[in-house]
Amino acid sequence: MKISGAEIIVKSLIKENVEIMFGYPGGVVIPIFHQIFNAPFKFILSSHEQGAIHAADGYARASGKTGVVIATSGPGATNLVTGIATAHMDSIPLVIFTGQVSREMIGNDAFQEVDVTGITRPITKHNYLVQDIKDLARIIKEAFHIASTGRPGPVVIDVPVDISNSQYKFEYPEEIHIRGYKPVYQGHPVQIRRACRLIESAKKPVVYAGGGVVISGAHEELRKFVKKTGIPITTTLLGLGIYPETDPLSLEMLGMHGTYYANQAVFESDLLIAVGARFDDRVTGKISAFIPDAKVIHIDIDPASVSKNVLVDVPIVGDCKNILKEINKIIKAPHIDQWVKKINDLKKSHPLTYENTKGRIKPQYVVEEIYRLTKGDAIICTEVGQNQMWAAQFYKYTKPRTFISSGGLGTMGYGFPAAIGAQLAKPKKKVIDIAGDGSIQMNLQELIVAVQHRLPIIIAILNNGFLGMVRQWQQLFYDKRYSHTCINFAPDFAGVAEAYGAIGITIKEHDEVVPALEKALSVKDRPILLDFHVAKEENVYPMVPAGKSIKDTIMRELA
Amino acid sequence: MSQHVISVKVENKFGVLARVAGLFSARGYNIDSLTVSTTEQENVSVMTIVARGDNRVIEQVKKQLNKLIDVIKVTDHSELETIERELALIKVTAPSSKRPEIYQLVEIFNAEIADISHKTMTIGVKGVPGKIENFIELLRPYGIKELLRTGRISLQKL
Repeated sequence: MKISGAEIIVKSLIKENVEIMFGYPGGVVIPIFHQIFNAPFKFILSSHEQGAIHAADGYARASGKTGVVIATSGPGATNLVTGIATAHMDSIPLVIFTGQVSREMIGNDAFQEVDVTGITRPITKHNYLVQDIKDLARIIKEAFHIASTGRPGPVVIDVPVDISNSQYKFEYPEEIHIRGYKPVYQGHPVQIRRACRLIESAKKPVVYAGGGVVISGAHEELRKFVKKTGIPITTTLLGLGIYPETDPLSLEMLGMHGTYYANQAVFESDLLIAVGARFDDRVTGKISAFIPDAKVIHIDIDPASVSKNVLVDVPIVGDCKNILKEINKIIKAPHIDQWVKKINDLKKSHPLTYENTKGRIKPQYVVEEIYRLTKGDAIICTEVGQNQMWAAQFYKYTKPRTFISSGGLGTMGYGFPAAIGAQLAKPKKKVIDIAGDGSIQMNLQELIVAVQHRLPIIIAILNNGFLGMVRQWQQLFYDKRYSHTCINFAPDFAGVAEAYGAIGITIKEHDEVVPALEKALSVKDRPILLDFHVAKEENVYPMVPAGKSIKDTIMRELA
Repeated sequence: MSQHVISVKVENKFGVLARVAGLFSARGYNIDSLTVSTTEQENVSVMTIVARGDNRVIEQVKKQLNKLIDVIKVTDHSELETIERELALIKVTAPSSKRPEIYQLVEIFNAEIADISHKTMTIGVKGVPGKIENFIELLRPYGIKELLRTGRISLQKL
């Protein structure tokens, strides 16, 4: 029996056990929406295609499953681009369907035509333009496989409307064979033994773990490794939660706004054990002065990440979980009591801190109270900038997939739609978007989606009337010339929230912070926007100034 | 900066060339030459890419090439024993007085006169890239009006 291409798409999604699809209709995807209408999975209509793809991304990060998105051709597709790039930089599995004009119109500058595969080529793991309906089911199967295996990433399938409308039999392939795509999962035993020897003889080792551990689901193995070896551990922004930050061996986050002790420990280390991390410039600072005395072990599934920025002594390509499991079988603890003591002293002498006052609300205080009142059991989403860094620093993450943030691309406007996806993935969890007054404006239109689906997401705006991170740089490095970063003409956010059918509360006094959060945490049937008017020119510290070594981490403004 | 000859075995599909070329262009690396051809295997093409860059950069490009789904295998021929060939077509100014000299060069280089007119000769020459360089240099004094090279193809020995 022959069915339409559109029906093949929906039947394929059912085969892939898709629970939720995010998207927005348009001309050339009407045939697909015609089939989605009766589909057994949930469809979440966004207000803007960017909202749909960030929601799918948040869903993927919170659940570990592949996010699925659909948008129409032309502007529908181009509106997805930022979201695709966001997912690509952070290795998030997404399968994205875009409509395309019919095959005979491609290249004719038809209405709502863009070259989607051309535009998305450098920001996808792979992409397809379906040119023959015979290939459609296989392409979908391949797309889900490619998106979710190896180093995950977004895969785009561009579907011309005449493909959706033509007829073919539906046979979903059980297995696929892609000869150019064979990710390596097992670490090489020789490399594993070499790594163990280096670890056992190290005097000042540090573990530096990142988002790869989340993706691999290797946090238990990582915790076991740290327990067996007693080696202090720092994580990247995307690695927050893979190791409990409340544990004495945790150095919390490293990098530009990492802790002083994490940066010093890494700088002074004689062995850096990188696990599922890629030596991003926000981590390393000035690369030539990053780890002058350290050998490097790098465990990663992506061979292209190895020795890209930092030369690696012992690369182990494969899945973090498998490799750590093998290491844990044979590793013996190194003798590093003095090193650990030294780091503990650093932790005591240079704690993560801020000056809390009873006057203006401090943004860090809001984050701390969110942590205290949720007992660290929430899913925290963030926007980008100061809000993101304070959320990373002052909430203590103890479980993977509880911190959701655009790390690589640094996409403002990511956090709130991602929170919608996270809440749909984890209906029982408290989901909180820690936002800035700049970022929240970028995708606030998605509020109606949260209202429509009765999602009790809390938006906590740390409203300082500035594009704070840029303002901080202007203050420190550009003579305080606050060029176009003062945005103290924002709307009444609480009023906006109410107009959407959400709850809005404005908080101006220190003593109102806790009651407002308590009230917000008690709401179960709609989003709550908390507009915290915080100290205007608070800066994020510690900080590694751009172009400096991580050893030059500063704790406060230099006089 | 050293020259690298990278042989990339790819799926013979539309869009693959753009993916491969995109890796170079996105990083601002110039490709000296690039050839694409079918092979003895159905659905498999080989791209021979000659590019310049420091070793670390080329190493990174090779890894990125390997990550492309449609890339089956990447081999750096600069590190291997290979057989290389290239073809050039050269249109050179050739008044009758100079033709005997040019003809001598053609013979020495085992080249071929592909076309001849009142004022010009067009010569085809094939061989290893170094030979073609030499031939071009020897013809240059006569006045090269047009020059085209196919870019090299490179096959691993054994």
